[in-house]
Amino acid sequence: MSRFLITSDPLAVERLAAALEQASRHVDEGCGAVCTFVGVVRATHKGRRVRHLEYEAFEPLAMKVFDRIDAEVRAEWPRASVGIHHRIGRLEIGEASVAIAASSAHRPEAFQVCRYAIERVKQVLPVWKHEFFEDGDAWVEGAVADPDDEAARVRAHEVACA
Amino acid sequence: MRVTVQVFARLRELAGQSEWQCEVAPGATIGDVWKKSASTYPPLADFSRSVSCARNEDFARMNAPVQDGDVIAFLPPVSGGVK
Repeated sequence: MSRFLITSDPLAVERLAAALEQASRHVDEGCGAVCTFVGVVRATHKGRRVRHLEYEAFEPLAMKVFDRIDAEVRAEWPRASVGIHHRIGRLEIGEASVAIAASSAHRPEAFQVCRYAIERVKQVLPVWKHEFFEDGDAWVEGAVADPDDEAARVRAHEVACA
Repeated sequence: MRVTVQVFARLRELAGQSEWQCEVAPGATIGDVWKKSASTYPPLADFSRSVSCARNEDFARMNAPVQDGDVIAFLPPVSGGVK
């Protein structure tokens, strides 16, 4: 299973977690912790009732951003490993939009890497969310995507290690 | 020279299409391609301060020069990052 994926199929975080565990089982100390995060479609946004969402990605660029997040994780946590799967297309309430797994020999690093990965995804992954409400629709526009923005990267690291 | 412009999400909706050809002078930058695109599709201009760009599927800067045949992508702010 690819550690990094943009897909219109439903996500399976357990399979991603299992793949990371297997890949690191016999490396160095081995794997003692896998931390997972699943982002799901919420039923409300700022008081409005959400009907469904549509996610869109610029896939070739997203794969390069994944490589970059992977390299950042390796530089900061050399013994940890991370995988990120992001869903695109139409998603219903409760469905998983992003699945992240982070593995390490010990739990502190696994928690940190998992949190770092989702913060970076939110900052720089070229993915857009289109929310459809009972009374209209809106694109969610947050961060200006810039992987070279060092201040943003440091912020993600601080949040991860808080 | 001629480049291909791609836009995504809200920018695509505002322009009413996802891709077009853009003719620019030799020595033009990605910023020039953006200005020309925003003059063709005026609603895009609202994003002049928040747009990011890619050249041939890699992040780039607005002041980077373009070459004939390049594919220039303009990206609205991504869906996360609100703090």
